[in-house]
Amino acid sequence: MTDEKITQIPDAQAIAEGAEVTKEMAAAYTGSTMDTDKMWIIMGPQHPFSHGLWTLKICADGEIVTDADPIVGYLHRGWEKEVENRTYTKIIPMADRLCYAASMTYTHLFCMTCEKALGIDVPEKTKYIRIVADEINRLQSHLMWLASVGTDFGNYTVFLWSTREREYWMDMNVRLCGARLTTNYPRIGGVRNDVFDIDCDLPNDEDHSRFLRDLVRCCDHFDKALWEIVGLVDNNSTFMSRMLGTGIITREQCANLGITGPAARGTGIDFDIRRDNPYDNYDQVDFDVPVINSGDSYARYMVRVEEMFQCTKIIRQCVQKIKALGRSAPYRLKVPSKIPAGRTFCTLEDPRGESMMYLHSDGTDHPYRLKVRSPIFVNVSASKPLLEGCRIADVPIIMAMIDMCLGETDR
Amino acid sequence: MDLQIREYQDSWEAEIKSKLEAKFAGKLTVTGTQTRKVLAKVDKSIIKELCLYVRDELSFEHCISVMGNDLGDAEQKMEVIYHIENYTLYKGVILEFTVDLSYDELHIETVSDVWGGANWHERETWELYGIVFDNHPRLERLLTPDNYEFFPFRKSYKLREAQ
Amino acid sequence: MAYRSIIDYVTANWGMDYTTYTGYPFGAGVENLPYLISLRIWECIGGAIAWLLDLLFPGAVTIDGYDIDVSAWLIDPYTCVIFALVIFMIVIFAVAFIAVLISLWEERKVLGRAMDRRGTMIGMWGFVQCVADGLKTFMKDNVHSTRIDKMTYWWTAALVIGTSVLIDCMVPLSGRWFVVNYDAGLIIIMGLYALAPFFILVSGWAQNNKYSLIGGIRAAEMMISYEVPMLIIIVTAALLAGSLNIGDIVAAQQDVWFVIPMCVGFVTFLICSTAEAERAPFDLAEAESELVEGWQTEYGGMKWGLIMLADYMRGAVSCGMIVILFFGGWQLPFIDLMQVCKDLGPNFFWVPIPEVVFLLKAWFAFFLMIMIRCGVARVRTDSILNLGWKVFMPLSVVNLLIVLALKVGGIY
Repeated sequence: MTDEKITQIPDAQAIAEGAEVTKEMAAAYTGSTMDTDKMWIIMGPQHPFSHGLWTLKICADGEIVTDADPIVGYLHRGWEKEVENRTYTKIIPMADRLCYAASMTYTHLFCMTCEKALGIDVPEKTKYIRIVADEINRLQSHLMWLASVGTDFGNYTVFLWSTREREYWMDMNVRLCGARLTTNYPRIGGVRNDVFDIDCDLPNDEDHSRFLRDLVRCCDHFDKALWEIVGLVDNNSTFMSRMLGTGIITREQCANLGITGPAARGTGIDFDIRRDNPYDNYDQVDFDVPVINSGDSYARYMVRVEEMFQCTKIIRQCVQKIKALGRSAPYRLKVPSKIPAGRTFCTLEDPRGESMMYLHSDGTDHPYRLKVRSPIFVNVSASKPLLEGCRIADVPIIMAMIDMCLGETDR
Repeated sequence: MDLQIREYQDSWEAEIKSKLEAKFAGKLTVTGTQTRKVLAKVDKSIIKELCLYVRDELSFEHCISVMGNDLGDAEQKMEVIYHIENYTLYKGVILEFTVDLSYDELHIETVSDVWGGANWHERETWELYGIVFDNHPRLERLLTPDNYEFFPFRKSYKLREAQ
Repeated sequence: MAYRSIIDYVTANWGMDYTTYTGYPFGAGVENLPYLISLRIWECIGGAIAWLLDLLFPGAVTIDGYDIDVSAWLIDPYTCVIFALVIFMIVIFAVAFIAVLISLWEERKVLGRAMDRRGTMIGMWGFVQCVADGLKTFMKDNVHSTRIDKMTYWWTAALVIGTSVLIDCMVPLSGRWFVVNYDAGLIIIMGLYALAPFFILVSGWAQNNKYSLIGGIRAAEMMISYEVPMLIIIVTAALLAGSLNIGDIVAAQQDVWFVIPMCVGFVTFLICSTAEAERAPFDLAEAESELVEGWQTEYGGMKWGLIMLADYMRGAVSCGMIVILFFGGWQLPFIDLMQVCKDLGPNFFWVPIPEVVFLLKAWFAFFLMIMIRCGVARVRTDSILNLGWKVFMPLSVVNLLIVLALKVGGIY
């Protein structure tokens, strides 16, 4: 230490003359010279925790995160601009590409918005088929989320068990639409094919639909298999200690920051568009909306797990309703290719939150403006309040509970 | 916020409509109501006041989105459209505010201090449409690269395939 | 010299007791099986060369009036001792290396089955995969950043790998398969074992990478939490056996394995040694979900491959420690395996029964570690500090008290 620094001690003269060194003097001294440096750590775009292409800059004071700054936009394709040059029919496969994990929801939302603009009501059976397709996609998406949470925990057992269960729902998807991820299934005015047209070389009436039978079998199997995974996580203090009490946000913060979906229901916001602003025939099926008040990572985890159980409940009911409506009920309407001028918007409960499409049509066969509201885009903007004060080790877990999907974030 | 959660009633839209029109007479026109939806045209001067009112008095806690819309050279104006949702008092009701901005004056007061969730939506709208949100804490490029000098979602910006 | 068969050259010293050779490093009368194997290997090589030299150049070669009988020198016992030592190192390393490869394979298969997949499938039930991995890392470019601190970067990696290999080779497989037999053998191994976090700390700093730095600091932070309870348990085992010599500790477990009186210590030691080996769930220093690859981030290609191998070697040492301290080492209860080997007669006494027993137990201990790995999530630095000081530390003291009670009570 140089002499210059010693003279900076406030009471150096007094100390030299024999005065007692007080705690305040020591604090003033150490506070001015022992300043710990904060370090900006850039996680991403190539980083194991960023399930996709995005960057999270975190400011770390030792192991404690003091600031966070998410950077998105690596996948920005100008989706909303591009669709302005496409006809409505051509947008359907493009809407699939918004979110690869649950592609059906965006296609569904797009078709629903167009139908609303056209002022038509799709057939009853179609509504149930869409609900089934939506819930299959929700299950897929949640299982993929559970898998990625497993890797963030450093545990690959959860990852592989979840992907194993996801395969069953993938198979159901393939049976229904012929594709695993980008399904291209809903159409404006209906869906592409009837559930009774699958396996058409076999007897295929209400009692013999193999698809519907396998769907129910899948639900039965899944209810047991999910307990297996949940049992591994919930009975395990290493998992629990990483989730309980980390990434806490309050209900008011959550509502104000625009966080929606399971993350919001984990903070006590009792809101689910399927129940509170019902679309299709969600008001005709009976299901519970899980709400937990604690607002930490574990609440978000628990809400998603409970939602998966509710999904099978919904699917079972819809299968009954589809069977009751029978094979002869229509599943698709003829619709005009042009949508009359006007503005309309629809909201839909995405697996990740609240998604919305706003359609400004000008009477031609392509939209004038089509806005997509992505839940993750808003959820990720709340990284800073979520991460402040947590440890670096908890960053992947807290961000995993948001369930990042970059296709819809960057659009 | 200690507000009771109510079951949906048909009278809510009319109730909200009358409240809004009474409070902001002359500056706000309710253009229509649908089930769980109230649509209104708003003058840009009152947007901040209006947003604070619907948040604090009508308990609209959640800003779904803030979006821009370019109405083209014919009308020489742009729109900013707000969608705001209620979780408690009018559970499930969505408000839509449409604000017209002429090409000469693409400025509007930010609402990101009313709803934190509007922050990125406003940044996005600025970078894609060039609509400036006054007093926004950080109006920077978000989705597009920092060196862009144009606003790609304006109608004057043509995609190659459209030409 | 008259023509003699190659057999005569190779078996020239077979009648003699190899432990009495001049320069025999383990002391007269102390058997050492790998040394004997090396000696026999050298006798084959040296004998064959000697036979060939005599065949090609019959009679002693004379230079400046001195007889330079190279072939006689090659099969001289004193020469054999020196050459056999070189081969001894290779034999010891090869056995440790193959044992580690098998535990690597075991981890892949067991972990695979636990996760409902098959694990590696290339050749010999997936064992050959590790050869493919080795070749792959060997073929990689040697890439490193230009802004590293070169000297520390290379030396710390070399030291981490070096100490790991060294201690893995130092773990005795049986009373006749060892490298050193000091009275404080256990302490020496543990001392070298605990060095790695320091190298990791320096290495994390040398790489000029924030992830590495945090990883290095975590390694040091973690060490202070598990090292103390672990050493307390080692000393407790030594107390029970009355010696720090590995052979004596194993001999004390002839009939009752220490896992029974020290069951509390066993659980604690198993978890602590998992942490010492930096295996999941205690791989905080290389936590890939937040720190990319932690302190290894800047090491690529063969460097990474060797560090990975060193990790498994440390895992094998942990398992060896568990076997020595708790599972009765190379002994089975109520059977004297060394006597069994002796009874096989002079031609078959070398059959490595105790060594295989030791390795099987080590693989069983490794199996326990794998089961821990597939069932738990990675812990946080603060929770492992909590765990170390608030759970393991009291448990190890409880274990010590139990042992003291047993000692005072005269049971041991």
